[in-house]
Amino acid sequence: MASVKYEHVTKRWGSVVGVNDLSIDIADKEFIVYVGPSGCGKSTALRLLAGLESITEGKIYIDDRVVNDVKPKDRDIAMVFQSYALYPHMSVYENMAFGLRQRKTSKSEIDRRVREAANILGIEQLLDRKPGQLSGGQRQRVAIGRAIVREPNVFLMDEPLSNLDAKLRVQARAEISKLHQRLETTFIYVTHDQVEAMTMGTRIMVIKNGIRQQIDTPQNLYEYPVNLFVAGFIGSPAMNFMDAKLVERGDKVAVDCRDFILDVPEGKAAVYRRHLGEDVILGIRPEDTHDAEYCPAGINKSLVEVRVDVTELLGREVVVHLTSENIEFQGIFDPRTKARVGNTMAVAFNMDSTHIFDKQTELAIR
Amino acid sequence: MTTDRIKMILAGLPTHIVLIGLCLIWLIPTIGLFVTSLRPFQDINQSGWWTALAPRKAVGQDVYEKYLAPYYGLDGKAVEGVDLFDPELIGQFRRSIELTVFLREQMEEGKVQLEEMPDPQEMSDLLTYLRQLSGAENAASRLRFTLNNYIDAVMGYRGRANYTTACAEGEQALDLNCNISDLMNPRGMGRAFINSLLVAIPCTILPILFAAFAGYAFSWLHFPGRMGLFALLVGLQIVPLQMTLIPISRAYAQLGLNGTFLGIWLFHTGFGLPYAIYLMRNFIGSLPREIFESAYLDGMSHWTVFYKLALPLSVPALASLAIFQFLWIWNDLLVALVFLGGQRPVLTYQIGNMVSSLGAGWHLLTAAAFVSMALPMIVFFSLQRFFVRGMLAGAVKG
Repeated sequence: MASVKYEHVTKRWGSVVGVNDLSIDIADKEFIVYVGPSGCGKSTALRLLAGLESITEGKIYIDDRVVNDVKPKDRDIAMVFQSYALYPHMSVYENMAFGLRQRKTSKSEIDRRVREAANILGIEQLLDRKPGQLSGGQRQRVAIGRAIVREPNVFLMDEPLSNLDAKLRVQARAEISKLHQRLETTFIYVTHDQVEAMTMGTRIMVIKNGIRQQIDTPQNLYEYPVNLFVAGFIGSPAMNFMDAKLVERGDKVAVDCRDFILDVPEGKAAVYRRHLGEDVILGIRPEDTHDAEYCPAGINKSLVEVRVDVTELLGREVVVHLTSENIEFQGIFDPRTKARVGNTMAVAFNMDSTHIFDKQTELAIR
Repeated sequence: MTTDRIKMILAGLPTHIVLIGLCLIWLIPTIGLFVTSLRPFQDINQSGWWTALAPRKAVGQDVYEKYLAPYYGLDGKAVEGVDLFDPELIGQFRRSIELTVFLREQMEEGKVQLEEMPDPQEMSDLLTYLRQLSGAENAASRLRFTLNNYIDAVMGYRGRANYTTACAEGEQALDLNCNISDLMNPRGMGRAFINSLLVAIPCTILPILFAAFAGYAFSWLHFPGRMGLFALLVGLQIVPLQMTLIPISRAYAQLGLNGTFLGIWLFHTGFGLPYAIYLMRNFIGSLPREIFESAYLDGMSHWTVFYKLALPLSVPALASLAIFQFLWIWNDLLVALVFLGGQRPVLTYQIGNMVSSLGAGWHLLTAAAFVSMALPMIVFFSLQRFFVRGMLAGAVKG
């Protein structure tokens, strides 16, 4: 149970920068997710907190205590690794008890904690097996169990679900969320999968090239991405981006995407009016791109004629790849849609949910 | 059988023939040596091992009938005062050349007239025949296979006959006591076996011990000059062993280590370490680092991590190192010769001493070879599953 703070933390190996001027404030009992593409520095940020890497510049606080020079074992943290890192020659019980034995915990206390953790995770019957005799999901639970028995202040998890198959992953996600509610401890979770991030985190930090892009609740990241990268990273399928220009059409503001011009609703017009004539990038999510026939009522929409390239039937919805003359984008259509490959059809954009980004800075214009 | 199957068999035939051929080339001499080691030395000197199971042919009978029967008769008693089949007479002739001398004397005394003397091989056969008929040596009752060679080799018997017969007749050498204490005879293999063990076992354990520590240190401890030191150590493998014999021998002379076990332990450990450290460092470095990181996070010191994690996971590499080192030291002659010498002979040294400079007594070598081979074979076969795994060390995650 502790708060964590990164204060202008930088990590350099020679000329390679892992983490660049990172500042984060994590409250006690939060479940915060570091998310980003491969090699962005999220694991490095985690390992700096764990003490497995030394900090080049800046300070890290755990509970208002500077821990830059504190040894990993004294930071009162527990870590679950991507590859589980179980000790292969020891039984599951031994794996979980090993750390406690080193700290000279009493035998009865060790036994209590191990059995309790095994109970929470549902692995009581596996206590005598060796890791080699377990399935992937079971090993992952043993790894988590090893962290639980430590009763740390902060849980660190480095992509623990990436080695599981898809179905197991969905299950494990829910279990970890429940675990967080039950243990009421700060969780710091690293993943490259934005679905995991969105479903599990109370707050998410998006990081790219070692630089923090945005740190916010999942909903805010989704609705108000602060730059092009975050907008394109959160949400699957990814947001559609089109090069455009802000123009005036009559007395309204419109977005000229060369193939078509879309009217901007009144609510946003005021902001965009200040950037008339500028080159921008228009962002519209596929879920806001509807089949004109099956469009939800009551939205500000703009209709566009496009051709259908590919349809992906998912049962619950249809993902359609569309083209106008120069632009390709995707839409998520009602399953009743009559879109067929090669057809031309009308598509409705929900203009209430569009995003405009400055072409140079890639920042959102709000 | 379909044509396809026949084609498959024919296609594989050249490979199989070559493989079988190679196996035979290796196996046949070894089998021959083994069979030879089990035959009595009289048989070894007369015929090859491949005749071991064939009926013994009557040697020398034709020579006798050709040269001597006209004078001595078929019963050997035709000449006055000489009984060629008298065991006491024939027993005096230890070598066939002595028979030649005897016959020449007989000729001078006018008892026989030989136009030509038998050639050396024929003379040897003749003596064998006379021995057999005189009963000085009963070939018919001689067993085809015997353990006498092994007994002679182990007890350090260097005489003409066997240890067992010599002891039975009370004619053993001065250093033999004809009881169980002969196993420790300094000229035998029993003492040499113990000495070999005394050299091999510490020289296997010590380098592996140090190498395991060093391997862990080079992988997981961060100290300045780590890489340079490692490169230097590995580079030391280039130094040829022979080049260091003289300088180290001189150093040992000053330290009083020549001829002691401590000296040879230090030498073998020193020479085994570069390769051992290289192997152990690579193996320990290939263990998944998250296991160690997890252990450090749990608060374990380097010593605990080494003892409880690194060592148990390194067993394949340790075992294969042990086998290599043990076999190399067991079969080593040069280092033992230089640093231990004849005072504390090892097996290899003792085997070298088994034959005289002219090569007599080589039947003992056959037995000695297998005695010295026995232990390494046991070690290898009992540990070979580790050996195979050790070769793949690092390819599979622990």
